[in-house]
Amino acid sequence: MEGLISLAVKAVFVENLALSFFLGMCTFIAVSKKISTAIGLGVSVMIVQAITVPANNLILTQLLAPGALAWAGFPDIDLTFLGLISYIGVIAALVQILEMVLDKYFPPLYNALGVFLPLITVNCAILGGSLFMVERGYNFSESVTYGVSSGFGWALAITAMAGVREKLKYSDIPDGLQGLGITFITAGLMALAFMSFSGVKL
Amino acid sequence: MAQTRRSQLVDPLIDNNPITLQVLGICSALAVTSSLKVALVMAIAVTLVTAFSSMFISMLRNHIPGSIRIIVQMVIIASLVILVDQVLKAYAFEISKTLSVFVGLIITNCIVMGRAEAFAMKNPPIDSFIDGVGNGLGYGLILMTVGVIRELFGSGSLFGITIMETVNNGGWYVPNGLLLLPPSAFFVIGLLIWAIRAWKPGQVEERQYKIQTVEAH
Repeated sequence: MEGLISLAVKAVFVENLALSFFLGMCTFIAVSKKISTAIGLGVSVMIVQAITVPANNLILTQLLAPGALAWAGFPDIDLTFLGLISYIGVIAALVQILEMVLDKYFPPLYNALGVFLPLITVNCAILGGSLFMVERGYNFSESVTYGVSSGFGWALAITAMAGVREKLKYSDIPDGLQGLGITFITAGLMALAFMSFSGVKL
Repeated sequence: MAQTRRSQLVDPLIDNNPITLQVLGICSALAVTSSLKVALVMAIAVTLVTAFSSMFISMLRNHIPGSIRIIVQMVIIASLVILVDQVLKAYAFEISKTLSVFVGLIITNCIVMGRAEAFAMKNPPIDSFIDGVGNGLGYGLILMTVGVIRELFGSGSLFGITIMETVNNGGWYVPNGLLLLPPSAFFVIGLLIWAIRAWKPGQVEERQYKIQTVEAH
């Protein structure tokens, strides 16, 4: 249990997907103009991340890993090279299913998050989370924790960014830096701030 | 025709650069640029994937039903990325370790999807291929520029060859450690955007709020 808590804290602060690995940057920069939309997107990413990382963990351990197909009578088969295509397939399918379920059973939530869901398939934070799970060899409970907390970390980062940008639009910025340029520099300063967590030992 | 093909290839380099103007594919641009060698490999990989995925998608464009086109594009892109990943693991294992998950993340690199969606679905294969190469090169150009700045000033070397002897090795150059850390990539790209927009004022974004000048009395 202690290991899981420290994993969660690490995934939220020290190894924040957006600010220390730069994952999901395209959406991070493009959708952080208003706090309300940023929160909507952040929550969607968190939900999708919490579902896809454990799902991909099951796919890996039950189907792709060397010897995983022993139950079907193929103990020698190693399908890990199919990893990338299966993960992205799982993500695309799950996002689609989530969209349909939300539409049918939770219409208010669908109306709030619906526009962001298609964006999430191509959000690198989601695929990145699954790939980190594979690379670091998390087991099932670890991947559940990692999925939820890394999604939360991303949501936290984009909300903070949107807060800064809402204030920033009133300031007098040199012409060339207007918009994209100053956003990059702000993100850099935030990343520096998040780096101060890296000294935290748990 | 030759002229338009040439402009297809050259335009994305500065005038319509995928990173600094279209805001696509930033994720990997930031993460892999702390050393020039890795940045070069990444740039080549992305160029190849963009070019070939654009070409294949454009060949199939009249046969792909609109409602499932994203999945079809994903499958084509993912297959190409697996190919790149396996080749890197076989011939450049060290570099593939440093790139770690970022090779896989070429799949979700918005440049590849963006060009497939915006260009390859509407244009013939050869044009799409050239457009893919052009955008890949535009991405590569930014990647290499950031890579040069970060490696030269961060560790005093280029491609691992020492250019400026660092103090630790008895030289004169005190390396700027900040440039090896991830946040520096944001600063370098931000300043690069500033430089490009100072040179090409047409790219400057509109202000949301104007600052009014008040007459002094």
